[in-house]
Amino acid sequence: MAAVTLDKVNKVYDNGFHAVHDLDLDIRDGEFLVLVGPSGCGKSTALRMVAGLESISSGELRIGERVVNDVHPKDRDIAFVFQNYALYPHMTVRDNIGFALKLRKASKREITERVEEAARLLELTELLDIKPGQLSGGQRQRVAMGRAIVRRPQVFLMDEPLSNLDAKLRVQMRAEISHLQHDLGVTTLYVTHDQIEAMTMGHRVAVMSKGFLQQVDTPQNLYDHPNNLYVATFIGSPQMNLAMGQLDLDGTAHLAIGKHRLAIPDDLLSTRPGLRAYAGRDVVVGLRPESLEDASVKPDPTGGDRTLEAMVELREGLGSEVVAHAKLDARGPHVETAQGVPEGSLLGDAGIELVARLDPRTTVAVGKVAKFTVDIDTLHFFDPETTLAIRD
Amino acid sequence: MTTFSLVTRGGHPDFLDLPWSLPLEQWDHARLVPMTRGVSRHVVRFVAYDDRVYALKETTEDLAEGEFRALRTMADNGLPIVEAVGVVRQRQDAIGSPLGAALVTRFLDFSLPYRYLFSADPSPELRPHLVDAGALLLVRLHLDGAFWGDCSLSNVLFRRDAGALMAYLVDAETVELHPAPLGDGLRAHDIEIAVENVAGGLLDLQAGGLLRNDLDPLELVTDLQTRYDALWSELTRTDELDSGDRHRIEDRIRRLNELGFDVEELAVEATAGGARLRIRPVVVEEGHHSRELQRRTGLQVQENQARRLLNDIAAFRAWHEGLSGEAVSDAVAAARWMADVYEPLVAQVPDDLRGRLEPPELFHELLEHRWFLGEAHGRQVTNEEALASLVSAVLPYRSDERTILEDPE
Repeated sequence: MAAVTLDKVNKVYDNGFHAVHDLDLDIRDGEFLVLVGPSGCGKSTALRMVAGLESISSGELRIGERVVNDVHPKDRDIAFVFQNYALYPHMTVRDNIGFALKLRKASKREITERVEEAARLLELTELLDIKPGQLSGGQRQRVAMGRAIVRRPQVFLMDEPLSNLDAKLRVQMRAEISHLQHDLGVTTLYVTHDQIEAMTMGHRVAVMSKGFLQQVDTPQNLYDHPNNLYVATFIGSPQMNLAMGQLDLDGTAHLAIGKHRLAIPDDLLSTRPGLRAYAGRDVVVGLRPESLEDASVKPDPTGGDRTLEAMVELREGLGSEVVAHAKLDARGPHVETAQGVPEGSLLGDAGIELVARLDPRTTVAVGKVAKFTVDIDTLHFFDPETTLAIRD
Repeated sequence: MTTFSLVTRGGHPDFLDLPWSLPLEQWDHARLVPMTRGVSRHVVRFVAYDDRVYALKETTEDLAEGEFRALRTMADNGLPIVEAVGVVRQRQDAIGSPLGAALVTRFLDFSLPYRYLFSADPSPELRPHLVDAGALLLVRLHLDGAFWGDCSLSNVLFRRDAGALMAYLVDAETVELHPAPLGDGLRAHDIEIAVENVAGGLLDLQAGGLLRNDLDPLELVTDLQTRYDALWSELTRTDELDSGDRHRIEDRIRRLNELGFDVEELAVEATAGGARLRIRPVVVEEGHHSRELQRRTGLQVQENQARRLLNDIAAFRAWHEGLSGEAVSDAVAAARWMADVYEPLVAQVPDDLRGRLEPPELFHELLEHRWFLGEAHGRQVTNEEALASLVSAVLPYRSDERTILEDPE
């Protein structure tokens, strides 16, 4: 096992395309770190530089204490876990797991030991001497994992390993991989475009966009404390609602969103002192869908200073909750988010769509104006120019 | 109601009579043919329309469309791959539940799957060429910027090419296309995957009792790596020469031609000392002879076959010019050769032996056989004599290679 460190790593291709910019990343020994971002964000390139499949244009890559910029991939002691393993029908599970060791000239005894250890971890011991045709889909995937495990690498690299599985098997394998990584304790770098996969699997998640690392933190911290609008809107489903607001700190502090006025308590200003610099200025306000509740279920404790009114356009009952989509009379921000620049945001008067996750007892109805109580303490604020979070 | 969306290229059937509302695994249809095939994570079925066979692979829409695009791009770049025919999307079963998409590709006529070549032992003379063909395919892909990501015996088909073999890529699901030749890291990774997959395929045959006892899977994959490295080096290395060392340049070009590549450009650079030259051949798409033969005769054949047939046209032309005392143009010589030599000889092969080899390969073998008979008899042998001997003494003992059907098990 080993830590992996990327220190100001850059990748510039011969045609001048700068795929990865000054990437700093410390993957701790035994950690499961997920690199997540949309297609073309540089995450696979970063993983490939760790693997040695792409050269590093500048910066330093260390595996353990060793600088490996110029070390051949085979000598980096890493193992790729593929999405495309096929199992060989005439070979037993034992041979399917162990044959690659034969290629590497391992002794019979060593092969037996490693295969049996992998089988124990993968709960395949009872199945070692049967053929793959008798295995379930999940068991087949575990046998495929076994092929990587028996190599006992210092680092596992996984590039979208679940992308071609059906939805059910994907969920099952997410849990299997997480469980296995926990048991093995092998440092793992996992690349995906799927933020749910990232949030459910990683000890920490690194969000990338356009070749730049946006933020790296635990899944919960990314969700609760996004550093910028990109991370705020990339992480979370349904995504964070955004609206333009104006801070007025004269007299009773309040935030104006369209025609609405939300009172800003002193507590909020003391935990986000950076907001004071925005007095009288525009800010981008972020509201997670669960920061809104039907006022008939959870009345506004201030009697109206924490309420937004919006026309309900769609109501989706999911049993455990109701997701309501409503039109709020407010301006959307004209800034780039993980979904690009919101349509209509330039017009200013089109209103914005507000998505709320409500208690199933909610009485909101399509075509009716509903009152939503806002959990003020969970609001997010961003600078409309820099798109950075406003905190300190 | 059955619903699906089918987009195919022209010149192929519409496939509308197939039961798209059923998962491929459940099909029981008159058009299904049991072709020999390798290991796949997907359900793959084969259907026949007249004498054409198509492979249908059930997968996700994204993968099917991505693979279709990759195959089309690689075809445009002249790489040896199967023909992408179409994608069937938005399939639903009888109660409206979604089914996977299907990628349709044209199965290669006269292609030989690896199980046939390694196990049935119909053509032991071909085995040494298997590794070369695989190495050559990988080199060509890498030069063209294609990272395969899943090279395996199951993902390759082989065709005869003037006594040797030509390997074709048949599964591009994991292919990534880059704008320039692959770097060393990606190449090494692709080869590592290939070596492991090929070893797995061979060991699987061995485990099933389907591999000849005298073959060692681990030795074969070591050969694959060695042959790949040698070929890559031959095609891409930079030589440093003395300025007067012209014959080495010529040697290099000849070797590249022998490997089936043309040289588009020689970069000759004076170095600082001024006394030495550096050459770097830029390897371009293989297929000069194939293209030339097609231009002259309309025949679409493999590269080595084309080289051989062009040689025969040249000999025919020289003979004709000698007889008439007049120069004969390329076009006239080729047209007369087709009408007077190639077509009559191919037509003389009895119907029941036509499927043994495709016509250009048959013609190539005829030329080989004619040379062999001439050596044995110590005299010039005519085409007609050679054909009669080939038909009576060789072809009846060859198995039919138009389509290799699955072994009944």
